[in-house]
Amino acid sequence: MALLDVKNLGISFGGLRAVNAFDISIEKEELYGLIGPNGAGKTTVFNLLTGVYKPDSGKVILDGQDITGKKTIDISKAGIARTFQNIRLFKKLSVLDNVKAGLHNKHHYSTLEGILRLPGYRRVEREMDEKAMELLKVFDLEKYAHVDAANLPYGQQRRLEIARALATEPKLLLLDEPAAGMNPNETGELMDMIRFVREEFHMTILLIEHDMKLVSGICERLTVLNFGEVLSQGRTSDVLNDPQVITAYLGE
Amino acid sequence: MQKTMKNKISTMNKNTRKNLITYAIVIVAFAVMQSLISMGRVSSLLEGLMVPICIYVILAVSLNLVVGILGELSLGHAGFMCVGAFASAFFSKCMRDVITVDIVRFLLALLIGIVVAAVFGILIGIPVLRLKGDYLAIVTLAFGEIIKNLVNVLYIGKDANGFHFSTKDVMALDMEPDGTVIVNGPQGITGTPKDATFLIGFILILITLFIVLNLINSRDGRAIMSIRDNRIAAESIGINVTKYKLMAFTVSAALAGAAGVLYAHNLSTLTANTNNFGYNQSIMILVFVVLGGIGNIRGSIIAATILTMLPELLRGLPVSDYRMLVYAIVLIIMMLFNWAPKAIEWRERYLRFGRKKKEAVQ
Repeated sequence: MALLDVKNLGISFGGLRAVNAFDISIEKEELYGLIGPNGAGKTTVFNLLTGVYKPDSGKVILDGQDITGKKTIDISKAGIARTFQNIRLFKKLSVLDNVKAGLHNKHHYSTLEGILRLPGYRRVEREMDEKAMELLKVFDLEKYAHVDAANLPYGQQRRLEIARALATEPKLLLLDEPAAGMNPNETGELMDMIRFVREEFHMTILLIEHDMKLVSGICERLTVLNFGEVLSQGRTSDVLNDPQVITAYLGE
Repeated sequence: MQKTMKNKISTMNKNTRKNLITYAIVIVAFAVMQSLISMGRVSSLLEGLMVPICIYVILAVSLNLVVGILGELSLGHAGFMCVGAFASAFFSKCMRDVITVDIVRFLLALLIGIVVAAVFGILIGIPVLRLKGDYLAIVTLAFGEIIKNLVNVLYIGKDANGFHFSTKDVMALDMEPDGTVIVNGPQGITGTPKDATFLIGFILILITLFIVLNLINSRDGRAIMSIRDNRIAAESIGINVTKYKLMAFTVSAALAGAAGVLYAHNLSTLTANTNNFGYNQSIMILVFVVLGGIGNIRGSIIAATILTMLPELLRGLPVSDYRMLVYAIVLIIMMLFNWAPKAIEWRERYLRFGRKKKEAVQ
């Protein structure tokens, strides 16, 4: 069974049907791309999947669990994590604390234990420190652990956002234009990193991207959105050669 | 690996060290003042300021939890102080003859003041925290005023039959002749035992610091600050925004309640007017927080102390006629010192303040 199964998903804003009859089915450990022209509704799909918007039609099944219309926190707990098109880090927190915030629901101690500094606090904080440092090391950020997130260079900020998302131990990772604003070199590194994340964490990844080199380089399957509807869907090479996709998005 | 572990330990120490310095400043300041007082080197005017300073330090630190750590502007802080003050004064007056050990009575009053203020924090927080920014500020301002005005029309008396309530006047209480009025509308509560001392205030400051600093440096504090920095991202990683906003707001209200208890037990007459529990007071506390540095707990302590003492200290100087003018100038200077980019640059270069230069990464 597919890890993510979306059927007939749709939402309207006023008179505008932003997403209509959206279907997608993503297998475990698949790298899946969502592409399409600006305003096609790609980020809206992410917002529907993560509970930022409530769909007015359709169903979202994650790993056998119906998460349609649930709240963002519950969807995060169910196992979807995301990054944002415009980076959203906790800027005044250190890089380490950004990741530790991501570990919030996986490591518990009570408020009282925290305030009174009871043994539970020390033990769990140590666990969190170790876990977070491990993640930072994967993303080559460990030397910045105690730097404020706002002071990181752009590329590292993007990587930190992915590290924070992974800290929630998701089943599905949504990446919203991870290569935006990167030069070809950085994009190349990013591709390697996404592949690495998939293998290291056995992660299923759905990504929105405009960089065709990245999309054709790493995505196994693609869905093309146009005006809120699925234009084409299938294996990457087939989709990119689909004449409809070429006229609507890629150009001759 | 070795290096990162070492790095981690040293910075963790840095955080703890920063907090320890804050505790140390408070303890040393207390020790110095206390010994000066016992040597009789302090004017009675200044001595009388010691408890108010403690009150304002607690208020400033607790408000900083909402303004600096949660990042929401609350202008109703004096309202929670008011609730704590009246709840505890009511208790103390009722129990004056029942519990004769001052300290026990005061501790119970303190507990009641804190709990009642916390309950008000939750009740007001639930609707108010749905708002953001200016709207939240305006509504908290209104709630602060509502609390103050409600207290002003509250009449409570006690006689052999038990308690009597009214919102009209003393006559409407309809008491037996032997009854006593406890809360007398705008005249407030008179005859509260004067249990608050500089020592108690000092201990309360330490407890406040302990709670606030430990909360900030915990899992909950991280959640609160992540909401401040980016609410949408905080939600996306599964942080319960409502819960943590309410937690910060309630803890802050409870601590303001503690300050109110101290206030009520430092005066024999407790009334609610614009100057002590109105928006003037709320804004005064906000001034301490802003001048001390938003999110900077130690700054709040220093700003609250200096600005509470200043008007009285200026009385003794030749400039006493221009006291309020000097006060305003000091406010401006403090603001520049804390916020002007040039001043920050100068400060980082020459003073350091136990802080490393901003680590820039390239």
